[in-house]
Amino acid sequence: MHTYWKAFSVIFSRDVTLASRCRAELANPLIFFIVVIALFPFAFGSDTELLRRITAGMIWITALLASTLSLEGIFRSDYDDGSTEQMVLSGYPLTLLVAAKVSAHWCLTGLPLMVIAMLTGIVLSLPTDALQALFLTLLFGTPVLSLIGAIAVALTVGLRSGGMLLSLLILPLYMPVLIFSMVAVENALAGLPIDAELYFLAGMLVLSITLGPIATASSLRIRLS
Amino acid sequence: MSLQDFLHMGGYGLYVWTSYGLCAIVLILNVIQSLSRQRKIMRELTNKLRQLESKK
Amino acid sequence: MIFQRFYRFASPQHFYHLAVLLTPWFAWATIILMIVGLYGGLVFAPADYQQGESFRIIYIHVPSAWMSLFVYVLMAVFGGIGLIWHVKIADVLAKSCAPLGASFTLLALVTGSIWGKPMWGTWWVWDARLTSELILLFLYLGYMALQSAFDDRRVAARASAILALVGMVNIPIIHYSVEWWSTLHQGPTVSKFDAPSIHINMLIPLLIMALAFKTYFASVLLIRARSEILEYECNSNWVRELLTKTD
Repeated sequence: MHTYWKAFSVIFSRDVTLASRCRAELANPLIFFIVVIALFPFAFGSDTELLRRITAGMIWITALLASTLSLEGIFRSDYDDGSTEQMVLSGYPLTLLVAAKVSAHWCLTGLPLMVIAMLTGIVLSLPTDALQALFLTLLFGTPVLSLIGAIAVALTVGLRSGGMLLSLLILPLYMPVLIFSMVAVENALAGLPIDAELYFLAGMLVLSITLGPIATASSLRIRLS
Repeated sequence: MSLQDFLHMGGYGLYVWTSYGLCAIVLILNVIQSLSRQRKIMRELTNKLRQLESKK
Repeated sequence: MIFQRFYRFASPQHFYHLAVLLTPWFAWATIILMIVGLYGGLVFAPADYQQGESFRIIYIHVPSAWMSLFVYVLMAVFGGIGLIWHVKIADVLAKSCAPLGASFTLLALVTGSIWGKPMWGTWWVWDARLTSELILLFLYLGYMALQSAFDDRRVAARASAILALVGMVNIPIIHYSVEWWSTLHQGPTVSKFDAPSIHINMLIPLLIMALAFKTYFASVLLIRARSEILEYECNSNWVRELLTKTD
């Protein structure tokens, strides 16, 4: 048990160290987020009433896209230089090591994204109920995005058609999370309770935590065969 | 029901017949595509086999 | 004992010959059932008192929707069998299911949209069931895209199997969406335990059409599977014998 925890923390800290050596890359998803949010007023004109109504949706969709973009590199460098084979051969459960990588990824991108998203919500004067709902849905939702996305990334790592295929695979899987989050925010705005949606998101989170790394590990093994 | 009534479908004729027509097209296209693929593969494999035999 | 009899059909060669044998039966069954079902649906069934004649679209819309779900589950099951037990036939069948499933989903969406126009006054509405059916279409398309992205067949089959299994989460969402969210789409017409909320004269053609769609699916699946098997096994002896025999 102690060695499993050691293996987890070694991979986790390795990923964090590698990522923090290249801080510019860490900032990319956040800058992308802000740039895309800024695009919306250009597209919809400065009709503040309309923008106010779509703010929560804007934030969530942009967070989703930023998460997808940042996920792409999660396995790529390891696949290219052979570290993935080393991880498979290491004797530790690949599921555990994959879980460590995904957790590192979420801490490096999902958490900062959440912070930026909340700040954006405050700046765009989202009402407090909606802000609360947004926070909770992001808290439950972004790990789900990382976990489910990792499966699709593992399936398509190193392929020619890479990025586009990845988006095509990931976005249908992300849609339920998006749907339930937006329903929660809408209900919060209308003053209705959001327990049901939060339970569903929590359920998806638990399902992804338990089964996601297993599926990701299988996908990596299949790609390496 | 007369043929006229049948085609008219109580005013919804356009919708009903478009749906049935699309369904027919999709189903038939699937069959045609599957059969032509089967034939193409048989042809290609036979040709490849002939080439291999003639090279021997 | 019975299991052993079926076991030999896991071999591509035996399955191929079985497929050749079964296809005409399924094809004829499809034609007969379609004719009976269409007659029943278009002529025999009485017009709905609320929706008039436009409700007849149900006879293609509902079977397509049922098939779109059924084929996806089948695709995932075949993929799972191929993944776990390394059965080539399962991989072949899963790959062959995908275009058919996508066609049925597209049909369900389009016929539903056409039906919705006179009924609800709009071509599209962001309703729970429609949205999740659309997600299903994207899942099928993603599956087919993933299959074609790999050069190695076995890797393609296993990767797609994982994708199909992960996407299974969507199926209960589609099925129960009309119960969980009270939205525009009507509730389930046929449920297992209650008496169906539909007149028996309207129900029978629906069930016949559903069966017709199933036999149609079976016959086209077998044709596609045959093509796949030939490609897969093109270097083996039995294929060579087969090709030289048909020359």
